[in-house]
Order: sequence, then C-alpha cells, then structure tokens
Amino acid sequence: MKNIEVLGSGCSKCVKTAELVQAVADDCRVSVQVTKETNPQALLTYHVMSTPAVVVDGQLMHSGSIPDKTQIEKWLQ
Amino acid sequence: MLSIFTDLADWVAYSLLGLVPGSKLGDSVQFFIEDTSKIFFLLVVMIYVIALIRASLNIEQVRDYLAKNNKFFGYLMGSTFGAITPFCSCSSIPVFLGFTSAGIPVGITMSFLLTSPLINEVAVLLLLSLVGWEITVIYVVIGMAIGIAGGIFLDLIRAERLLQPFALKAYETAEHTGVEGSGKAQLSFKARHDFASAELLDILGRVWKWVFIGVGLGALLHGFVPDAWFADNLGSGQWWSVPMAVLAGIPLYSNATGVIPVMESLIVKGLPLGTTLAFCMSTVAASFPEFVLLKQVMTWKLLAIIFMLLLVSFSLVGWAINFIYL
Repeated sequence: MKNIEVLGSGCSKCVKTAELVQAVADDCRVSVQVTKETNPQALLTYHVMSTPAVVVDGQLMHSGSIPDKTQIEKWLQ
Repeated sequence: MLSIFTDLADWVAYSLLGLVPGSKLGDSVQFFIEDTSKIFFLLVVMIYVIALIRASLNIEQVRDYLAKNNKFFGYLMGSTFGAITPFCSCSSIPVFLGFTSAGIPVGITMSFLLTSPLINEVAVLLLLSLVGWEITVIYVVIGMAIGIAGGIFLDLIRAERLLQPFALKAYETAEHTGVEGSGKAQLSFKARHDFASAELLDILGRVWKWVFIGVGLGALLHGFVPDAWFADNLGSGQWWSVPMAVLAGIPLYSNATGVIPVMESLIVKGLPLGTTLAFCMSTVAASFPEFVLLKQVMTWKLLAIIFMLLLVSFSLVGWAINFIYL
C-alpha cells in the first residue's frame, strides 16, 4: 500500500488533488492511503514552496499544481 | 481602440435593452457592460502575454536571488518580485517558509508579501485602462514604498523574534550561503504557451467573480450616487475621512481586480484621490482571511504590529496625497 500525502493549506486545488489521486488509484486498483497535510511544518520538511505538493512514500514527487492523470499513474506503479 | 467597448455598451444598453440614455438604470447598465467587456478582453490578452514572458521565472529562483543579495537592495528586490509574481493567498505560507528557511530576513520576505496583493499585472492593467497612467504610477510607487518601508521597519524591530518557534528555528538554522537553484532552463515556445494557457485559466478562474462584483458596485455608484455627493460631503479631504476610509476597507475583503472598478467610480464622483487610494489599498492588503493564514507562522503580537503598520501607512499616504492634490 502506498502512503500519499497532499501538502497544502486546504485550498480548493489541494482538495482536488487529493480527490484525483484517490480516483486514479481506484481506477488502477492500487490501494493507497491519501492524507491531506495542512501542517506548515511539512512544507519545511520537504522544502516545498508552491502548493499543492504530492509526497509518495516520503518522497516529494510534485509541487505547484494539480498533477495530471498520467503523472499520478506513474507514481502508483 | 478601446472605444469599441463604449460603442458595444451603448448599443446593448440603449438599443437592444431599450434603456433611456441619462437615466440611472441606463447609465449603470451601460457602465457595467462597457467595463466588464473591456476588462475581460484586456485580462485575457495581458495575462497570456505576461505569462509567456514570465514562464521561465519560478519562486525558487526568486528565493535564491534574494538569499544571495545584500540587505538594503533586498527590500527593493523583494518588493519588485512581489509585484511581478501573481498572488494567491494560499501561496503566502509556503513562500514565507521557503524564504525564511533560506535565511532571507523576515523584513525582505514581508516586502514581498505586502507588495504582492497590492500590485500585479492585472491591477496595473485595470488601473491603466480605467483611471489613467498618472494614478497608475502613483498607485505602483506607493504600493512598493509601503512594502519596502514595512520590511525595513520589521527588521529594525527584529520581527523574527515574534515568529512561531518552528519558523524561527528554520530561520536560525538556515544555511546563509544560499540554496543552489536548479539553473535557468531554456523553454521552448510550446512549453511557454502551455504555461501561459494554464496561468490564464488559473488567474481568470480566480478573478472573474471579482470583476463582476467590482464592476457591479462601481456601476451602482456610477448610476445611483448623485454626481456631487462625494464632492459635497468628503470633497475637501477632511482629515478624519482618510482613517475612516482605511477602517471601512478592513472588513471588506477583495482583491485588486474587484476594487479598481469601484475606485474609478469613487474618483469620478469626486472623492479625493488620497482618500480613495487609502480605502482601496486597505481593502486589498489588510484582510482578515490573509492574517488568519499568517497566524500559522507568526505570533498574534507580530500580526498586530503588521496590521497597525498597514493602517498607519495607508492613512499617511492618503493624507499626503490629499495634501498635494487639493
């Protein structure tokens, strides 16, 4: 199971990102745990300056926008 | 060139809808159609063109640049970068922490964050097309001056002491040698076009409702407030009218896109320029939602200081401009 965190202050884009990741994972039948991380300290941990950012199993994969479907599929493989 | 929008508005309001020219309703509707069509046209063109140019600038590069340069120059550059990068209140926390953890002084970071909502390409464009270049220049100069002066003041009182403990720790343990950036990538035209299109959709998605609200209010003022009302009642720039305007602007939360059409109507109706600017800048820059966000990285005491700083500077600016222009 992959552990996916979506970093951001709870803006609408972060919510959409989390929903999209969950939806793509469901489509690909990959089991994931998606959490929305709003604590600003997480931004420091991963050196993120633009949100939403996506962290997969402790590794920063993406920041600054809602990722597209093909990107998400790659992370889930 | 822009008179085509006046013709369009005249045609829709007076021919298509059959409203009477010179009537309150007719004037309001005509004003609303002219301004919304003009603003949306300009927004689409300008956001796209500016994003094409800006495609190769990212926030990490701004941070690296500010971390390397000397302090005095830093306030000016912080404010300049704040003006040229688009602002979204949801990005203020990551930007604040990114700058702070790179060892950039709080004052320079705040020069960036104070200027950012006040000045951006959309605001400048609206000002130019609605109130003319002179007021645009005054607005930009004042916006940057407040950002720079605010930043210097915050460093003088050593504002970093008043950050939340984890943010202070990040600042103190920062490597002052500066973070090495990813270097400037050469972008193909297609990459720039993709970036600019995405920016256009993103910014329009955020500001379209403010255009309608702002122009709607402006249109009501335009049609229904008697021409001489502001001139008769507040036209001589009574000293108390400036702080009153600033206070009135606080609970009103809007971005620059929404407030500039209102500004146009206020000026046309005879509200002194200084009072108008004080009101508009207070509406845009001193907002409660923004301050609640900043609470995550600052203590209440520092927030209160910044709030007071903004109120005092807007009042001083309003007084100074009324003094010069009246």
